[in-house]
Amino acid sequence: MTSAPAAAGTGALARYEAVIGIEIHCQLKTASKMFCACDTQIEGAEPNSHCCPVCLGLPGTLPTINKSAVEWVIATGFAIDGEVATTTRWDRKNYFYPDIPKGYQISQYQLPLVANGKLTFDTSEGPFTVRVRRAHLEEDTGRLIHEDRDGRRVSLARRSLIDFDRSGMPLMEIVTEPDIRTAEQARRYAEELRLLMRTIGASDAEMENGQMRVEANVSIRPIGREAFGTRVEVKNMNSMRAVERAIAFEIERQAELIDGGGAVHMETRGWDDPSQSTYHMRPKEEENDYRYFPEPDLPPLTTTPEWLAAIKARLPELPAVRRTRYQTEFGLSGYDASVLVNDLASTALFEGALAAGEGVPAKLLANWVTGEYMRLVKGEESGGSADPVQLAALVKLVADGAISGTNAKEVFAEHFATGRVVAAIVEARGFRQISDAGALGTAVDEVLAANPAAVADYRAGKGAAVGFLVGQVMKATRGQANAAMVQTALRERLAKTE
Amino acid sequence: MADPTRLRAHEMAALLRSGEISSRALTEAHLSAAERQNHALNAWLVIYRENALAQADAADKRIAEARRAGTAALNALHPLCGIPIALKDLVSVKGGQATAGSKILKGYIAPFDSTVAARLKDAGAVILGKTNMDEFAMGSSTEHSAYGPTANPWDLTRVPGGSSGGSAAAVASFHTPLAIGTDTGGSIRQPASMCGVVGIKPTYGRVSRYGIVAFASSLDQIGPFARDARDAATLLHAVAGRDDRDATSAPEPVPTELLGLATSDDEAAAYLKGKRIALPKEYFVEGMEPGVAARIREAVGAMEQAGARVEEVSLPHTDYGLATYYIIAPAEASSNLARFDGVRYGYNDRSSGEFIADYIKTRGAGFGPEVKRRIMLGTYALSAGYYDAYYLKAQKVRTLIKADFDAVWAAGFDAICAPTSPTVAFSLGARTEDPVAMYLSDACTLPINMAGLPGMSIPAGLSDGLPVGLQIIGAPWSELSMLRLARAYEGITARAPWRDLEPAELQLTDDPTTPSPIERKERQKSGASAPGAGGHS
Repeated sequence: MTSAPAAAGTGALARYEAVIGIEIHCQLKTASKMFCACDTQIEGAEPNSHCCPVCLGLPGTLPTINKSAVEWVIATGFAIDGEVATTTRWDRKNYFYPDIPKGYQISQYQLPLVANGKLTFDTSEGPFTVRVRRAHLEEDTGRLIHEDRDGRRVSLARRSLIDFDRSGMPLMEIVTEPDIRTAEQARRYAEELRLLMRTIGASDAEMENGQMRVEANVSIRPIGREAFGTRVEVKNMNSMRAVERAIAFEIERQAELIDGGGAVHMETRGWDDPSQSTYHMRPKEEENDYRYFPEPDLPPLTTTPEWLAAIKARLPELPAVRRTRYQTEFGLSGYDASVLVNDLASTALFEGALAAGEGVPAKLLANWVTGEYMRLVKGEESGGSADPVQLAALVKLVADGAISGTNAKEVFAEHFATGRVVAAIVEARGFRQISDAGALGTAVDEVLAANPAAVADYRAGKGAAVGFLVGQVMKATRGQANAAMVQTALRERLAKTE
Repeated sequence: MADPTRLRAHEMAALLRSGEISSRALTEAHLSAAERQNHALNAWLVIYRENALAQADAADKRIAEARRAGTAALNALHPLCGIPIALKDLVSVKGGQATAGSKILKGYIAPFDSTVAARLKDAGAVILGKTNMDEFAMGSSTEHSAYGPTANPWDLTRVPGGSSGGSAAAVASFHTPLAIGTDTGGSIRQPASMCGVVGIKPTYGRVSRYGIVAFASSLDQIGPFARDARDAATLLHAVAGRDDRDATSAPEPVPTELLGLATSDDEAAAYLKGKRIALPKEYFVEGMEPGVAARIREAVGAMEQAGARVEEVSLPHTDYGLATYYIIAPAEASSNLARFDGVRYGYNDRSSGEFIADYIKTRGAGFGPEVKRRIMLGTYALSAGYYDAYYLKAQKVRTLIKADFDAVWAAGFDAICAPTSPTVAFSLGARTEDPVAMYLSDACTLPINMAGLPGMSIPAGLSDGLPVGLQIIGAPWSELSMLRLARAYEGITARAPWRDLEPAELQLTDDPTTPSPIERKERQKSGASAPGAGGHS
């Protein structure tokens, strides 16, 4: 192809409708691997330091089920309002590849743990619901590392190394129905699922390190047509932004192909972030016959009603419920509720500050979290953190008029960066506001006496002179004066002595 | 003292406790017999002389300590402490080979103990070495071993049966009182029958498969070889029981009565009174040797005389056993054997420098023809478009086969008696060119695997000077009553003349000029170019 289509253009969607299905693999948060006792803390570890005869597929080894991985999938099933199987079983997916030590992957084919769920989320065009076809459990493969002659990692390798640490890590695969129509919906679905995973604790779902892998099946059809177009699988999208851009690119690419008289071919394409485009990986026609059959080494699993009820009871408040509650209980706007709920750290800060029991209005707290906190997190100084108890204390000072809004922001910034206690910062920086009328009156009188020219200006009709006088009072009190009270006191005195 | 290799394991255990013999002396006697005669038998793929003697010394130390501590401590010793044992070469023992009779696992050293090996080590048993077998347990004659065939000590020109032929021959030849084998379609019972020893295939799930190189996961079971029912029961007791490493192993309790089978023959025989024994008519098939059928009818007749009630029954789906077995077992095998790709261990050929081509070369040269045949069969049966017609249908028929047996138990029978093998041991090379003829060797045993039932073979006399095995089949988890029945049969035939016979050609194996089974096979091949012999030039 010579000309690259516009990266995120909307041209194609005027004539074509995109049909998108998403498959997401999430690494489940368990202490040990899916079928053996190996520790799952493999991040940053020496290659092949976290494997055993079972996850290396040595002769004679057998899998045993990790109960907590099963429970995470069941919990996800409840969280997406799906049907949890009463009987489930494992199947072998057979294929040859050096990163798959048994020559088959233990997965679930015919009887997935979860079927027929759904997930609703907001988009710029309003709420949208995606049906989830199934969620099942499987084991991860090892990792191939390709090296050239000098030991550099390359794609066309002189030799390949295998790290089996990832082999046997528990994975949940979640497959949607082809309900998604836009790249934004796809990104929002992935974001909402990631939030759900993190909320229930099933997965850290960090895309950057492969804990969450998103694949999209994208096809287009002329608007109004029933039949699906030829679909292309898009992989290697390593961020939420990449998900949206890759799908938008793919829609445009397919539209250009068809408009130019060409045809879309079944293929797997990869997203290349530097060039912001997809590239051909392999034709889909070569798809393996995986020869699925029931895993004879693992008996079928029956989920008892008691077990399911216990898992359901452990579920925390889900994001959708929480968003609604913030609106109805605290009177937050839909937007603010989403900002708070969509980021787990914000939610924790907000809930923690509320629970600190300072009696500050929830709405004021919410403003601090969605405003100052989010600004700092996204800003250059990020890397800091806020303690909910300290935030509550600070907001209380503001609400009581004990500290100015401007100073409070400075205090918060310092707390965020250094973790110092709010009271100590306020004390050290002398930010406690003078709201005592007597003390303020003295300062105001002194300033009036020292600035006859400004007083004359005011009386001559230059109202702006008040601003100067307020500034002088603030300066004299090193910013500690309650600005509103100063202004009132000034106006009173200026009127009186006329 | 007389040759200690002729003792039963329980007799050895008594002598060890009384101090009349040491485990070292016992082990040495067995090692030297095995080393001396293996040339002519090829029953052993490896003999661990030094390790075995070290284990024997450790056992002697345990026994000596127990003796000092008193009778209670002596009685608390495991009955296998200090007793020699052989393991089929697919049982993983840490630091040792596990070739499964295949070239593709040449050089592989297991870095862990199978559960069976771990339990035997804990018991204090002395592991003498690893025995020969058909490659990946696929075969009924041990001729499909990549390391040459094993000879039958009753007639060195004949096979010992298989796939656990090495274990059966080693026990029959007094190289060891006990051995471990595996049985997927008859691989313990059929060689036990052909070598004239006792062999048990336990209920599926009775013995952990962890660390046993897999053939067909839903059919494989591990079991003992011994020279009598009591020893077999003791070994079964030692290795049986739930294992968290094998999700298909059952939490079923292992009866301690297995260690207390009747010592007196008369007491043992009394068990038969009133027992109901089923004789399935479908197991007396065409092609069965008359001598075999005669011995089985005599054996059952003897049980009847001792007070058992014998009735003919029908197991109507028996005929489908072979066909369905040869779909299910190869299907599972095709997947189980996918891991042997030369990437991580064992034999490999990386000459092509491209991994798919390397796979093809490695597997092409690493697997023998029978294994390849079954991988092809299994891959076909599981392929898209064929799965429902073959694998799924076979699983349904399997349910029907199981239902046949369920009906027998529901009718109140205590056991089923049948021939173990339709024939006595056949000649080396007689069936290697005809896979179906070889598969038919297991016609009477493989339905029991399909149904997951316990079954065993016990010696029931000779036909043409070669051993005939009586198969006893029990309901699930009924190993204890199955063994009591076997022990009862031993009781009523204790004075039968064939009981005292040793394998007829065992003495020949002491002669270093006796050809090895491999030499016999080579000779047979060159002889095969003679007119009328099939032509293999």
